[in-house]
Amino acid sequence: MSEYNFAYLDEQTKRMIRRAILKGLAVPGYQVPFASREMPMPYGWGTGGVQVSAATLTPEDTFKVIDQGADDTTNAVSIRKFFENTAGVETTEETEKATVIQTRHRIPEAKLSEDQILVYQVPIPEPLRFLEPRETETRKMHSLEEYGLMHVKLYEDISQHGAISTSYAYPVKVSDRYVMEPSPIPKFDNPKLEMDAIQLFGAGREQRIYAVPPHTKVVSLDFEDYPFEATKADHPCDLCGAEDSYLDEVIMDDAGNRMFVCSDTDYCRSRCTAGHVGRLAEEGAA
Amino acid sequence: MYVAVKGGEKAIENAHAWLAEERRGSTDIAELSIAQIREQLSLAVNRVMAEGSLYDPNLVALAIKQARGDLIEAIFLIRAYRTTLPRFGYSNPVETGQMTCDRRISATFKDAPGGQVLGPTFDYTHRLLDFKLAAEGEVPDAPEGQPRTEPTPHITEFLQGEDIIQDEPVSDAIPGDLTREPMEFPAGRPLRLQSLTRGDEGFVLGMAYSTQRGYARNHAFVGELRIGKVAIEMDIPELGFAIEIGEVELTECETVNQFTGSKTEPPQFTRGYGLVFGQSERKSIAMALVDRALRWKELGEDNLGAPAQDEEFVLSHADNIQATGFLEHIKLPHYVDFQSELELVRKLRREAEERITQKEAAE
Repeated sequence: MSEYNFAYLDEQTKRMIRRAILKGLAVPGYQVPFASREMPMPYGWGTGGVQVSAATLTPEDTFKVIDQGADDTTNAVSIRKFFENTAGVETTEETEKATVIQTRHRIPEAKLSEDQILVYQVPIPEPLRFLEPRETETRKMHSLEEYGLMHVKLYEDISQHGAISTSYAYPVKVSDRYVMEPSPIPKFDNPKLEMDAIQLFGAGREQRIYAVPPHTKVVSLDFEDYPFEATKADHPCDLCGAEDSYLDEVIMDDAGNRMFVCSDTDYCRSRCTAGHVGRLAEEGAA
Repeated sequence: MYVAVKGGEKAIENAHAWLAEERRGSTDIAELSIAQIREQLSLAVNRVMAEGSLYDPNLVALAIKQARGDLIEAIFLIRAYRTTLPRFGYSNPVETGQMTCDRRISATFKDAPGGQVLGPTFDYTHRLLDFKLAAEGEVPDAPEGQPRTEPTPHITEFLQGEDIIQDEPVSDAIPGDLTREPMEFPAGRPLRLQSLTRGDEGFVLGMAYSTQRGYARNHAFVGELRIGKVAIEMDIPELGFAIEIGEVELTECETVNQFTGSKTEPPQFTRGYGLVFGQSERKSIAMALVDRALRWKELGEDNLGAPAQDEEFVLSHADNIQATGFLEHIKLPHYVDFQSELELVRKLRREAEERITQKEAAE
């Protein structure tokens, strides 16, 4: 696809996006407006992440794309192919080998390093959106650090359900300042938001970029008597036996039998290769 | 037993191949040409040019063919293509007063300089299926008249002379460009008009209709509706003057709206404005009504809380490419989030059941 510039976007556009990224890194958790472009994939399907990746990638990079933790879900395949075609970068499914990882809905299980960049696809960047639909209002609330509404919401959860009933897209406070939407990752992943790698968040349709620099404090909102709790299915992985990974529940037959497998396919594969064996591994290994 | 869901890549390739086959339809039937779509489905082409924000009938006809006639999909193809085009510069504002009108009507005056010109309109056709068309009969030539050569003045100019219609503020400020800058609210009128002209026809129509039914009613007369070609001129720095680089077909609508005055403005007529690529008259009238409704603040009117008065609401939801993408993204896998919801609901149910059991035991 030589008729397009490296990584599809023209250099002016990439420069504009890089400026937004740098501003985002300088003000962790702050949503930087940027002039999002129309991409050849639909809004809501990762156009923000794709634009951030396009502005971040260099020809020497190795690129990995996951959706729901898996490299082989259809949209991950589609985005990986897009950059194979337009940037010609090397791609990989191995988390350790990737220098740029674009993700939807998960943080990889393997610890990321300072040499890596994690790019999130974000549908709704505004953590306060479902409490206040107006952007004019929510921007004001952020600038005044007025987050009472969010605490009231969490409190109402507890009074009605006995627990905070947010299981994914669980709000966090970044660097003691901005409340941030961690894109809809399961709250199991929230503790991993404090990491060595650079985290960039791109929301194409909503025209926002934000970032969490390495080693930045990220706290999941909670109360002293109702502390935040990262949860997962109470099982080990049926393929690799991992007890520390986020699991998908797979329905196996009409009788409703289920198995639990790592959502991070590369993590599961590498554990299986290393000889770890889960409950159903023999059948599953075929 | 469980087989990991591999092979997304192969599935995608196969889906694309099947799609291409379905697009072509039965090979017993002659294939549509781009020129046929451009010439015979020109109103579809116009809509895609307007909402795709790109004036190129041939490319748009190709997009319609590729999209199997799904106009929103065609608009999407055009928008995605448009992003890749370099921006050489900006043209001068078009002079719609110089338009070569194919159609020009006014609902406010029986006659006016330039006359009432119906042009190629569906307006007074009886909507009866014409079975002759199914037989692919030849169309008899339409009678021809002497075209008007002098410019056709705008109807609202006649009202302006009497000072009975609100003056538009004159400004040489360079308007923003919503395709180059992120939208911020309040957006201001230039960005509102940009957003409306590329907004989804159905959405803008629905919003306009809501004002007619009493949600911020601003009783509109079609002061003028004109369709025709205008020249596009651009200043060329090397030459030091403007040259004509082409022409586009436009539909322009100016509404004249009742206005009883407000704290700041005397009673006078006010206006709404619609300008759309191609022959797109439903869209341009709807645009003018919504534009007028959104001007409540500037005219010192009351905010009635109507959807069509709410700039952030209208502008955030008018774009069908944004809307359709986000709507359809829920087809993508969400099983990770769903899994965490499953666990939460199970946990909450377990706790609720425990509470009930404890309560029963206590009683």
